[in-house]
Amino acid sequence: MKYLSHGLLAVSALALTTAFAEAKTFVYCSEASPEGFDPSPYTSGTTFDASGHPIYNRLTEFKKGTTEVEPGLAESWEVSEDGTEYTFKLRQGVKFHSNDRFTPTRDFNADDVVFSFQRQGDPNHPWHQYIPGITYEYYTSMDMPNLVKSVEKVDDYTVKFTLNQPEAPFLANIAMPFASIVSKEYADALEAAGTKEDLNNTPIGTGPFRFVAYQKDAVIRYQKNADYWGEAPKIDDLIFAITPDSSVRLQKLKAGECHLMPYPSPADLESIKADDSLKLDEQPGLNVGYLAYNTTVAPFDNPKVRKALNMAINKEAIIQGVFQGAAEPAKNPIPPTMWSYNDAVQDDPYDPEAAKAMLEAEGVTNLSMNIWAMPVQRPYMPNARRTAELMQEDLSKVGVNAQIVSYEWGEYLSKSMEPGRDGAVILGWTGDNGDPDNFLSVLLSCDSAKEGGANRAFWCNEEFSDLLQQAKVTSDQAERTKLYEQAQVIFKDQAPWLTIAHSTQYVPMRSEVSGFVMSPLGDFTFETVDLAE
Amino acid sequence: MVRFLLSKLLYLIPTFLGITIVAFGFVRILPGDPVLLMAGERGVSPERHAELSAQLGFDKPVVMQYFDFLGRLLQGDLGNSLVTKKPVLTEFLALFPATVELGLCAILIATLIGVPVGVLAAIKRGSWFDQISMTSALVGFSMPIFWWGLLLIIFFSGFLGWTPVSGRISLMYYFPQVTGFMLIDSLISGQEGAFTSAVSHLILPSVVLATIPLAVIARQTRSAMLEVMGEDYVRTARAKGMPRRRVIGVHALRNAMIPVVTTIGLQIGVLIAGAILTETIFSWPGIGKWMIDSISRRDYPVVQSGLLLIAGMVMVVNLLVDLTYGLINPRIRAS
Repeated sequence: MKYLSHGLLAVSALALTTAFAEAKTFVYCSEASPEGFDPSPYTSGTTFDASGHPIYNRLTEFKKGTTEVEPGLAESWEVSEDGTEYTFKLRQGVKFHSNDRFTPTRDFNADDVVFSFQRQGDPNHPWHQYIPGITYEYYTSMDMPNLVKSVEKVDDYTVKFTLNQPEAPFLANIAMPFASIVSKEYADALEAAGTKEDLNNTPIGTGPFRFVAYQKDAVIRYQKNADYWGEAPKIDDLIFAITPDSSVRLQKLKAGECHLMPYPSPADLESIKADDSLKLDEQPGLNVGYLAYNTTVAPFDNPKVRKALNMAINKEAIIQGVFQGAAEPAKNPIPPTMWSYNDAVQDDPYDPEAAKAMLEAEGVTNLSMNIWAMPVQRPYMPNARRTAELMQEDLSKVGVNAQIVSYEWGEYLSKSMEPGRDGAVILGWTGDNGDPDNFLSVLLSCDSAKEGGANRAFWCNEEFSDLLQQAKVTSDQAERTKLYEQAQVIFKDQAPWLTIAHSTQYVPMRSEVSGFVMSPLGDFTFETVDLAE
Repeated sequence: MVRFLLSKLLYLIPTFLGITIVAFGFVRILPGDPVLLMAGERGVSPERHAELSAQLGFDKPVVMQYFDFLGRLLQGDLGNSLVTKKPVLTEFLALFPATVELGLCAILIATLIGVPVGVLAAIKRGSWFDQISMTSALVGFSMPIFWWGLLLIIFFSGFLGWTPVSGRISLMYYFPQVTGFMLIDSLISGQEGAFTSAVSHLILPSVVLATIPLAVIARQTRSAMLEVMGEDYVRTARAKGMPRRRVIGVHALRNAMIPVVTTIGLQIGVLIAGAILTETIFSWPGIGKWMIDSISRRDYPVVQSGLLLIAGMVMVVNLLVDLTYGLINPRIRAS
């Protein structure tokens, strides 16, 4: 048996080396299966890594490794004086991929752009419901239906977007995967063949990699797009080996069965650092974990009480005990890697004595409260139950009696948005597009405090919301920065949340991998990676 | 024999109806709303929530939803996944062969090792072999599968480097799926080394999945053999001077096999349960992992129709087990 196994391994190892030598094959041990390959109807990062990023492009793109917007399929653009008209000049000579049933007869043009947006925005568009039950949740949740008045073709290489009101984050919004440009010519061909759903099964895009095949829950294969308009990928084949368990992903990485993996377990970080065949990239994540008080219920409607509670909780202990040190304490609701982060803001110090005195001064004694601990693990919060326990302990030292409550995830999300909610909620957020508005307006504006929003502090501060609104309609980034900086000062002063931490992201890879660029948005893209011989 | 078969088949109808209710009810009893889970931290406005619920048919009374489900079922429509929007049957058929391949290998390992070990332990009752094998069986039976799988991966794949960590075949092999069974497809592909690669990928997961059934089968075989060995006809056969091998192989084993076959049949359910964890650890693209993912996303159509398909399959296996009895024991056929 021993002999046989060695034989088997020898055969496969040999085969692997020859295969890798002939064509550069890069294997990514991805964490889950994509929901589909049409980038617009889905919302998970896993799906974007498998469809939007490798296969497609957008009018604007995020500059590698940043959240800065740069030209993509649009070479340049002009914004009208009042900020409601965006005219995009499209790049010429961009080729769509081909597959065994489709070969494009024309280059990318304005028809593709109009098609890609109208199918999402117009409920009567013939492609809006090309698969029964399909919806465009990202398009909807970025408020695009209310924002976009029309998308028009001016000529083959010019497209004009008219908005209902000015919106500074618009250029960042359309750099997101849901706004990927699909081929109208391919859609027409599929419609003629009566296989519309193949837009989601066998995608055609303009991106750095061409889709080859997907075996459900197992493997996705891509090939380099030799005609790519940007810098061509350095690897020939890209393979996603779907591996849901993080310990198994690490074993595969160590065994050389893949070159790079996402989301290592915090407990494995030390062993990864100690392994010579591996290296570990890290960067601060574009996220925040927080505890949101219900600011509409006494005594939490008093900012001084909220501040006192914030001072009673030892964040450093949470970062060590829950994040295993892989995070930095948060003082603002947006992370330090985001533009307009106000570093001048002073965090409330950890000072149980002062906290106790403040509570007494406000007449709050024998306070009893609930702490909601979410039942799932998220990059911004690895273990909410443990965090809640540490908070409970800290609060007991200032005479506050805290009980921990939890619900099933779906229940948790809905119950925590019920207006009279009892207690403070642990939750967090990961940015979609790097715009501060995507944190502040979504999580803390007056609008988001209504039913269906995500403002779990129910905090509505007119001054704060006005600043956000001003910033939203201002296109000058320096001016927007000032407005957001002011907003952060108000936030700190009013303390609707305890800002807990911004967690660090880690990406382990084999040492022969070069050129991988971590994305602050948490995307995994491979057009720049290379393998040493 | 035909009447026996017909009566068994008649029983299947009420059982099947019962299963539709359980399958339909199970996922709805769980708290959590698929629309909210889709929206996540961002939240969804009440209007949008109502719109989406209506689109998915969740606004109707539950009883109506059940009859809709049943009605479509009778037309052979198992519904579409809420997540991937693809027909449940298409997804099931794509993943099912992987689970069958793994399950068959596991049950084969469990039977081929479990039965002989049980027989030997019974014959050599009280010996060191009996002691060791029955203690191991107890340990195997109590093994947490997830931990066991990870342990084997770390030792055999990580430390010794004998077997691949996970997956069904080395990624360098790429050929179209014909049957969905990797062992067969790799042979058909004619690519050199593909079959051995598929076999090497199958070893660890099948051993892990076989662990609990193997323990159960070995213990069941041993106790059935011990019981039969004490019967009069075995003593008579021995007294007649029949060779020991023939007494054990023909007289004892055949009778002892009746409860053992039942046990093996019952292990199918255990296999499905074990497949959920085994498939997750070994990144095995089968129906176990698919069900778990769908339950956590509250993908109602997949869970209800998936459970139904799995239950239907278990029913067919049980029917086959009943028929096998008939072959082993003519008395059952007659009654």
